[in-house]
Amino acid sequence: MQKNAYFTGLTIPLLLLLPQLAITVVFFYWPASQAVWQSFLLQDAFGTSTEFVWFENYQMLFSDPGYLKAFINTAIFSTFVCVLSLSIALLFAVMADRAIRGAEIFKTLLIWPYAVAPAVAGVLWLFMFDPSLGMLARGLSDMGIAWNPRLNGNDAMLLVILAATWKQISYNFLFFLAGLQSIPKSVIEAAVIDGAKPWRRFWTIVFPLLSPTTFFLLVVNIVYVFFDTFGIIDTITGGGPSGATETLVYKVFSDGKGGSNLGGSAAQSVVLLVMVIGMTAVQFKFIERRVSY
Amino acid sequence: MAQVTLTNVKKIYPGGVEAVKGVSFDIPDGGFCVLVGPSGCGKSTLLRMVAGLETISAGEVSIGTRVVNQIGPAERDIAMVFQNYALYPHMSVYENMSYGLRNLGTPKDEIDRRVKEAARILAIEPLLDRRPRQLSGGQRQRVAMGRAIVRKPQVFLFDEPLSNLDAKLRVQMRVEIKKLQRALGVTAIYVTHDQVEAMTLSDKLVVMNGGQVEQIGLPADVYKKPASKFVATFIGSPPMNILPGTIDGPGIVALGDAILEARDLREDLAEQTPVEVGLRPEDVEIASEGEAGSLPFDVEFIEELGATQLFHGQLSGLPFVMQAATDVVAAQAGRIWITVDPDRVHVFDVATGARLGRV
Repeated sequence: MQKNAYFTGLTIPLLLLLPQLAITVVFFYWPASQAVWQSFLLQDAFGTSTEFVWFENYQMLFSDPGYLKAFINTAIFSTFVCVLSLSIALLFAVMADRAIRGAEIFKTLLIWPYAVAPAVAGVLWLFMFDPSLGMLARGLSDMGIAWNPRLNGNDAMLLVILAATWKQISYNFLFFLAGLQSIPKSVIEAAVIDGAKPWRRFWTIVFPLLSPTTFFLLVVNIVYVFFDTFGIIDTITGGGPSGATETLVYKVFSDGKGGSNLGGSAAQSVVLLVMVIGMTAVQFKFIERRVSY
Repeated sequence: MAQVTLTNVKKIYPGGVEAVKGVSFDIPDGGFCVLVGPSGCGKSTLLRMVAGLETISAGEVSIGTRVVNQIGPAERDIAMVFQNYALYPHMSVYENMSYGLRNLGTPKDEIDRRVKEAARILAIEPLLDRRPRQLSGGQRQRVAMGRAIVRKPQVFLFDEPLSNLDAKLRVQMRVEIKKLQRALGVTAIYVTHDQVEAMTLSDKLVVMNGGQVEQIGLPADVYKKPASKFVATFIGSPPMNILPGTIDGPGIVALGDAILEARDLREDLAEQTPVEVGLRPEDVEIASEGEAGSLPFDVEFIEELGATQLFHGQLSGLPFVMQAATDVVAAQAGRIWITVDPDRVHVFDVATGARLGRV
């Protein structure tokens, strides 16, 4: 790697970095620091007076049972969505990689859901599983399975997990397929000659060689379930019934916008920020070590 | 150890492309067979069919006494060395070499013994803990061979194993492969497009072209009596000169005005039959002007190769090359006279390219 600086002065490098720095500052650091500042403030409902309250927002937050519930919801939701979307996508990618005929059509069709906006995806699933309108929901009730995501919190959670998973499979599939196709064919053939049966071959050769892809997707998926699933949850359940599907990011929104508790909402987003930074750091530190590039 | 027999083996791809058009030959136990030919001649496909990586469309492949057509690669008792080595990048050298044995459930101490032994033979003992990416090309090549020999297979298959190495290392590894194969006494099939590798390694040389076998034989025989114009120009460097001629009597060909004796020429051919005459650059000798059977050669330029020199020029208006010792001095440009030993004049059919030799 080239380590020598090509520029002698500081002016030109700084000038070249300026657009990037400006965007980062305006769109990331400024709002983030605003959130941090806001989290120390308390406002009345009409926004007429603002008071600096130190860590009171945080104290209130951690003594709020609703917040603990949002934590648990997020843990359940993110674990299921990550595990499901990654493993289903891997399965599809392995099958698409093996397919000889119709592989192109298969790939194209599998990529489509990624082009669907989260809110639209949410509405789609909402309709399919609507207890009175949805075809699939009727099918369930015909089979004698009680189903009502509007009243039953578990049903609601299942529905948002399914919708969020469905949405993310395409993305994961695309990367897994590219990863599989970059494994040299001769390495697989060598393993065949070395007497590794398909199952063993997958776990001892293919899966380890996919680990850079898997690691990358894990980081991206965690960010996805923590933040980008907002639209899906908002359209399907709106966090309900009675907070059963309220994740951390959804609570930031509902407390801030609906509850007009800007300080508490800001405190939550700071906590969320710290959590995701922490998790990503942990992933890079501990999981990346096992990844063989 | 086992002999390998191919009987009328064909490979037809869906869509009707026939990559291998009915190939039959056998390799004796412990033999070293080299399949050589230009790219796309079907040699790699044939090797992959022996390995079990490609299905056999028709015909039969047997290893030892077993027909292996329906047997998977793992059960064929073969080991293969790939062109790009195909080492498992996430495993250490030790793990790479032991992978096959671990799949078989071989006891740990037995694996350890065999891997260490192979590492000792190949002089890669200090590398056992390294990953493939930390190794040089030559070292990777050794590991790939190590992975093949720990399995103690009946047959070694080599798919252009030296083509990714630089020229110097290639010569060195070529010698090592031959030594190793002799020491272990394992039957080997080796695919290459390099005719030097083909000549030096094989004790049975199979020259392929367009999915068919052009000639099978000892390398020296293939060189001395090429069965076709294709083999004649493919084996030997620089390639054989091919000139148009006509039959001018039993054992005599005419090249323009000059008359050339060819001892290995069929005698039943009518006079004036057009033929193609092959002369190897290294068989050409300088004669004195007007000597019987001498040909005029207009030298245009000379390439110095150190040990020898190459005269490039024209013979009856066609490009011609001759190889000469360095002490032979010729005018940089100008006409010289050349002769060829009648035993070393090759005559081929114009239409089929087949050798018109005595039966």
